[in-house]
Amino acid sequence: MSPDLWVLLTAVLAAVACGVIGSFLVLRQHAMLGDAISHSVLPGLVVAFLVTSSRGVIPMIIGAAVMGLATAYLTDLLDRTRHVYRDGALGIVFTFLFAVGVILIALYADQIDLDQDCVLYGEIAYTPWDLASIGGRSLGPRAVWILGGAVLANIAFIVAFYKQLKISSFDPSMARAVGLNERLWHYLLMTMISLTVVAAFESVGAILVVAMLIVPGATAYLLTHRLSILLVLSGLIGAAGAIGGFFVAKGLDASISGSITVVSGIILAVTMAALALTRRISARRSAKLLSAEFAQTLRM
Amino acid sequence: MNEYWELTIRFFSLADANVRWVAAGSILLGAAAGSLGAFAYLQRRSLLGDTLSHAALPGVGAAFLLAGHKSLPVLLVGAALSGWAGALAVNAITRLSKIKQDAALGIVLTVFFGLGVVLLTHIQKSGAGTQAGLDKFLFGQAAALSGGDVALLAAVAAVLLFMLTAGFRSFKIISFDPAFAASIGMPTGLLQFLLTTMLVVAVTIGLQAVGVVLMAALLITPAAAARQWTDRLALMVVLAGIFGAAAGLLGAWVSFLAPRLPTGPWVVVVISLIFLVSILFAPERGVLSRLRRHRNGREKIVREHILKALFKSGESTQDWSGAHAVRDLEPVWSFSPRELNSGLRHLERRALIQRHNGHYRLTESGIAEGARIIRRHRLWELYLTTYLDLAGDHVHRDADEFEHVMTPEMEAQLDELLNRPEYDPHHQTIPNIGREGVS
Repeated sequence: MSPDLWVLLTAVLAAVACGVIGSFLVLRQHAMLGDAISHSVLPGLVVAFLVTSSRGVIPMIIGAAVMGLATAYLTDLLDRTRHVYRDGALGIVFTFLFAVGVILIALYADQIDLDQDCVLYGEIAYTPWDLASIGGRSLGPRAVWILGGAVLANIAFIVAFYKQLKISSFDPSMARAVGLNERLWHYLLMTMISLTVVAAFESVGAILVVAMLIVPGATAYLLTHRLSILLVLSGLIGAAGAIGGFFVAKGLDASISGSITVVSGIILAVTMAALALTRRISARRSAKLLSAEFAQTLRM
Repeated sequence: MNEYWELTIRFFSLADANVRWVAAGSILLGAAAGSLGAFAYLQRRSLLGDTLSHAALPGVGAAFLLAGHKSLPVLLVGAALSGWAGALAVNAITRLSKIKQDAALGIVLTVFFGLGVVLLTHIQKSGAGTQAGLDKFLFGQAAALSGGDVALLAAVAAVLLFMLTAGFRSFKIISFDPAFAASIGMPTGLLQFLLTTMLVVAVTIGLQAVGVVLMAALLITPAAAARQWTDRLALMVVLAGIFGAAAGLLGAWVSFLAPRLPTGPWVVVVISLIFLVSILFAPERGVLSRLRRHRNGREKIVREHILKALFKSGESTQDWSGAHAVRDLEPVWSFSPRELNSGLRHLERRALIQRHNGHYRLTESGIAEGARIIRRHRLWELYLTTYLDLAGDHVHRDADEFEHVMTPEMEAQLDELLNRPEYDPHHQTIPNIGREGVS
């Protein structure tokens, strides 16, 4: 496969993995928690690097999960004091953790193969050359394996716990009534988000991860009222943004992850505009129908 | 180490003209961001700052493309304009679609930032080599600014602070009660527009000190910390400004010591520590003082239960000379031995009880105190059954809680209201001892 195709595959896998699980952030009105987690996993990754002095998948997953949960938990903790607004609490926690991460990177710069550019933009263009291998046999780019795993893990998680996720996202009081531990599902979801973030982080960078988590989900949210359809749509829209963004980046010779974000934003804007237009048309049509009916009544 | 010490002395002695400028600039930046952040925080628009700071990036890129060179005023205007566009976009998304505020913030943040990244990478690859330094906008580096740049930022920050002071009353009213503000004919739309514009400008100039990602902290954290210390807006805004200024100064110092280290994160760590101290130790709202209040309340309850238990055990004979093993008495069963011991020691110190070989009995003043607690309990029970028509067997638990918080004034009024009753709903005597004007 040509390097370009590998890059494209990586981007699509990242978009699908983020899109499906990120939809829940949009539905639960926790979108900015996605932003927060994508920043605050940084110190977790750095510590994992420093402790194991390698880019091992397992330590990175552990580091990210711990920091993701810490973000959600600390925000809850501050929120529960009832002396800090919830959005403020989130901002305080994630900026602090991110700051610690950046300081750690600066202090141990010579030991860490992770720089600020990579954190922000990702290195998706280089993924084809970072190969996974078992026993000396090359198996293709590492990122494809990791992100493929993330896609499968997320889909499995959603399919297995569809009902619980649905009830706890849409109807917290119902969830409590049927004895569902809402907090547990919140934290489980945040764990999956953290894992997805770290899987996609290296390739696409912190900001694009957030875009992929939120933007496709928000677009799908405009188009349907059914959760199952929303999840599928969100994955598809994410993939479409990834493919479109890839070619825009080629054309402009600009950042791939940045372009994917922009194209995803354009898809959302077009969807919003189209919906507004159809609403207006149907409103006009029903007004016309109504006035025709009214005229009919008058004549009778 | 020694070298850092020398640099520190050079920094804080302010002997160096350049240092003076950087220090003054950082302080003003921090103060402006902190005090404006207080308004954003109270309006629950904290995360808007995060979105605005990211949304400024495409403006930086576009300004550079248009101007063709890196001059701070041009970049600032570009950043402010695109930050503004971001604020409008958030509004438009929430108004025109069913997408909620949080998702709108996230969408604008990422899409604008993505656009900025596209522009910057495009500039970089198209060979305009002087792009180097544009990414300072991402992480902030106060020391990298030239003297003229710092003066410009400081001036803008000073103007912001002046505007905030001048319009303080109006901003206060539209933040807390927009409906009232509109009803007295204030131009709420215009004022809110002004406040948002000032926030955008503060974010834009603050980017230089701490960078895009951490700008949010400079707006939120000082405000949340200041909120712990006071309920008055004016004081809160001033405190948030001071916290922000302190953090800004510290950031400038770190950046002076080690020009290679990014400044922003240190600033954020410092404000986060200020916040931690505030949320733990602030006198009224602090976690520790609330824990202490809670514990004090619990201790008072234990003590009053001990007095009640001892009083009841002598009540039927009206003779309190016998000593009792307190922990065998029913009213205190729910307390742990540790709580009981500390309560007993406290009561003994206040000479309300006396100890005889591990048993206790009430002193004169202890009897009066026990009587008063029982009286409160029974008065409240009587009130609930008489006036609220609650069944007699339902009121005990309620009275058990209320007896500890009832004030003497309430006690006197209840007594009057119920016509100085003699018996409670369970036909137990309401003790007279210690009642004002009776015994």
